[in-house]
Amino acid sequence: MTVTDTSDKAVLLSAHERAEIDAWLARYPADQRQSALLGALRAVMHEDHYLSVPKMDAVAAYLGLPPIAVYEVASFYSMYETDERAAARHSISVCTNISCMLNGADEIVAHIENKLGIRLGESTPDRKFYLKREEECLAACCGAPMMQVNHVYYTELSPEKVDSILDGLE
Amino acid sequence: MSDELVSFEVNGQTLQARPGSMLIAATDAAGITVPRFCYHKKLSVAANCRMCLVEVEKAPKPMPACATPIMAGMKVWTNSPKARAAQKDVMEFLLINHPLDCPICDQGGECELQDLSVGFGNSSSEYVEIKRVVREKDIGPLIETAMTRCIHCTRCVRFGEEIAGMRELGATGRSQYTEIGTYVAKAVTSELSGNMIDVCPVGALTAKPSRYTARPWEMRSYDSIAPHDCVGSNIHVHTARGKVIRVVPRENEAINECWIADRDRFSYEGLQSQERLLKPQIKRDGHWKEVSWQEALDTVSGILRKQLAFNIAAFAGPSSTLEEFFLFQKLLRGLNIKNIDHRLRQVDFSDQTLTPVASGLGLSLAELEQQQAIFLIGANPRHDQPMLNHRIRKASIAGAKVLALNPRRLAFNYAAEQIVAAPLDMVTELAVLVKAALEAANQAVPNALAELLAKVEVSAGARSQVALLKAPNALILLGQMAVQHPAFSSLRSLASVLAQATGAKLGYLPEANSIAASLVGVLPHRELAGKPLAEPGLPVNAALNDKNLTTVVLMNAELDDFANPQQTLKALRTAKHVIVLAPFADAQAREYATVLLPTSTFVETSGTLINAEGLWQSFKGVVTPPGEVRPLWKVLRVLGNALNLPDFDYVETSEIAAELKLELKTVPLTAIGELPETLLVTKQEASLMQRIGDVPIYRTDALVRRAQSLQAMLSSPSVRMHGADMDRLGINTGDLVRLGQGESYVQLPAELDGAVPAGCVWVQSGTEAARALGSAFGSIMVDKG
Ligand code: SF4
Ligand code: FES
Ligand code: FES
Repeated sequence: MTVTDTSDKAVLLSAHERAEIDAWLARYPADQRQSALLGALRAVMHEDHYLSVPKMDAVAAYLGLPPIAVYEVASFYSMYETDERAAARHSISVCTNISCMLNGADEIVAHIENKLGIRLGESTPDRKFYLKREEECLAACCGAPMMQVNHVYYTELSPEKVDSILDGLE
Repeated sequence: MSDELVSFEVNGQTLQARPGSMLIAATDAAGITVPRFCYHKKLSVAANCRMCLVEVEKAPKPMPACATPIMAGMKVWTNSPKARAAQKDVMEFLLINHPLDCPICDQGGECELQDLSVGFGNSSSEYVEIKRVVREKDIGPLIETAMTRCIHCTRCVRFGEEIAGMRELGATGRSQYTEIGTYVAKAVTSELSGNMIDVCPVGALTAKPSRYTARPWEMRSYDSIAPHDCVGSNIHVHTARGKVIRVVPRENEAINECWIADRDRFSYEGLQSQERLLKPQIKRDGHWKEVSWQEALDTVSGILRKQLAFNIAAFAGPSSTLEEFFLFQKLLRGLNIKNIDHRLRQVDFSDQTLTPVASGLGLSLAELEQQQAIFLIGANPRHDQPMLNHRIRKASIAGAKVLALNPRRLAFNYAAEQIVAAPLDMVTELAVLVKAALEAANQAVPNALAELLAKVEVSAGARSQVALLKAPNALILLGQMAVQHPAFSSLRSLASVLAQATGAKLGYLPEANSIAASLVGVLPHRELAGKPLAEPGLPVNAALNDKNLTTVVLMNAELDDFANPQQTLKALRTAKHVIVLAPFADAQAREYATVLLPTSTFVETSGTLINAEGLWQSFKGVVTPPGEVRPLWKVLRVLGNALNLPDFDYVETSEIAAELKLELKTVPLTAIGELPETLLVTKQEASLMQRIGDVPIYRTDALVRRAQSLQAMLSSPSVRMHGADMDRLGINTGDLVRLGQGESYVQLPAELDGAVPAGCVWVQSGTEAARALGSAFGSIMVDKG
């Protein structure tokens, strides 16, 4: 499908984001720009920590896709945030699925909530931390309880260990 | 997929089908019921509802019939215990989250889910947990949503992507959070959007304008033909309690397949307009008086008898029926009146005697799909003929190259190479292509073109564009912006030469039923079957300017139907008598008219429409006309009798159509006419800009203009222009801009639009704001308001 006259919407993308998207585009056949969509959204996540509608529209324009095709992908994957309130430098996901739950995940969640003064699904006012509500097993059951901060897995957690991890973040 | 048929078995019955085709298509063709929600014969296979599960021999699990390719010798059971159990299980799952609110659902009685749950559902459910709820979405004035009812079949999503050619709805979120919608609050804008209502198997998407007005079992369905464009889409008109409730498509693979345009679907709303004329009225001393038909007809025949024939001009709107056109010209010619015309939006008549009698597509709608190259000149089929555009889109998807020459860049829903030029420059742009084509074909330049072609230079781009038109199946189409162009005759001549030099076919995208008007001679220079008149009358613009004019007859025509409303209004105001035969009259019409005769719309009369491929389609009246409204053809017949004209005693429209069929059968619908001696080249007036005044999709005729929901789809009038012009004139977006043509001016807000060429303003015609303006594609004075 051709989308005409959307080029001006892509101006919102930074040079860095464009470079990232171009690098992804280079890996796929020229007529399949949609293939770079996941990478493009990841690039925007890195800069903005969430996907705003104007930015998603910009990605759509840049890749020549109808905007709804971008919204569908962005809202499907839980690692993309589409709510501005989730935009924070560090996104913390504590696994609360079965193995972790049996090993004290609830205590870890309560500890982080107290420490940061926010509830699950909220971010700190300084936009440093976002405590994500994680629904699924993060596939590190052997190290339960565990959490993921940004892209890093931390296993065999205790409140003290959580403190040292979070305190060590910029 | 090979073309050879293979045999396979369904429920013990041997069937044949092409191997690789889907099982459900074969069972459908054989009349074997397989329940389904997501499958639709015109859409891609999604296989996501699983309702069509059937038992297939050697397959361990039931298979979806919509996604199971046929193989030779396969054995299938559609209602074995295993198949039945699978179907029932799927139904149980589908109903888990369905609100079961049929009593308050507009789809009730025609719902696929309701129907199938009767056969495959259980009377009680094991599910006792909380059902999910999805918030209602506002997706515009045409489609009502109740998304909790959605079963996520994605038919609407696929329709948007595959048929409408613009993906507006999507499935966002996942698992139980999946929702169908636009994600951001926005109206669905496709000109075919209403078809999503039809494809939605449940009550998630229903028609907003007819919501809660009647139940399906209360409605009666009548066959009819949509009169708004030259496609002649087949429709069902649904009525209840003597009123039209809604319009839906009537499947006709050769015309509109199973779809219709929103304009054809929702125009019926105009029937309820406050401006509907219900009684004959005569203006006396500036006051309207309701009178009997007898008195009104006496008055009209008195006027027509008393006025000299050359003092009278008569104009007919292009969505009238064949029979109305015929009787109209017969009546007027019987009185020796010559200034007769239906080409109300046309301005260049300089070569009218050289053109064919009537021109259409030159091929069938279905054949459009087989074209390999299509060149659209001054044509916006997406707005003017949405269902015809759908065929061009199919051709494009199949690999056809679409080339377009227009005064502004258009939003096509397929790939198109666009040449954009200010209206007057379109002639030179086309000349470049013609020169390239003549050179490539080694043909001499026809004399008429010599002067123009000497001035242009062939570009490499033009050479490759011309090469496209050399394809064995190539077609050049002249659209409404070409016909309304100030140098239409030049565009026509150039297009003819281009067609001859490249071997491409030439066709037209005519306005509504205008082929019928041309065939029967609602023209100043030709009578029935194109017979030339020794003493022709004046074409519409000259007739309006004529000093002798005292009397105007308007049949299904009002100010917004004319190319130059300013000039028209002036003429109508000066005329002593303005006799209007129409279903509607607005305040403006009440001001200029002196007699108002309330006549039928297409649902209140029988008649015939001739579509772009030349197909005659007759239809019958659907509802009794309101008030004292009479079928227009009967009014014309009575007038003929009152004026003692011979042969005005038809009893049925079918009699007229049959007579005309004989008269007209020898008249071919061709497009290539003769060349004039020299081409008309219009010069741009210095210091003025050029107006691009095409007609918005929902301003094409009187009924459409009064359909409220369609009106709500239009953006408010504005003046759109190129950034360079805005800078030059010191105008910013949103500023009021003063636009002047001729004697009056209007002020409209400015909008930046990169699709408009520099030196032009896009100010659409057919709108109330445009009434104070002049020629749709004429020069225009533009300055900061
Ligand atoms: S809205 Fe209707 S057509 Fe669209 S996915 Fe839902 S049920 Fe299917
Ligand atoms: S349950 Fe926590 S990682 Fe699997
Ligand atoms: S109709 Fe086959 S899966 Fe929906």
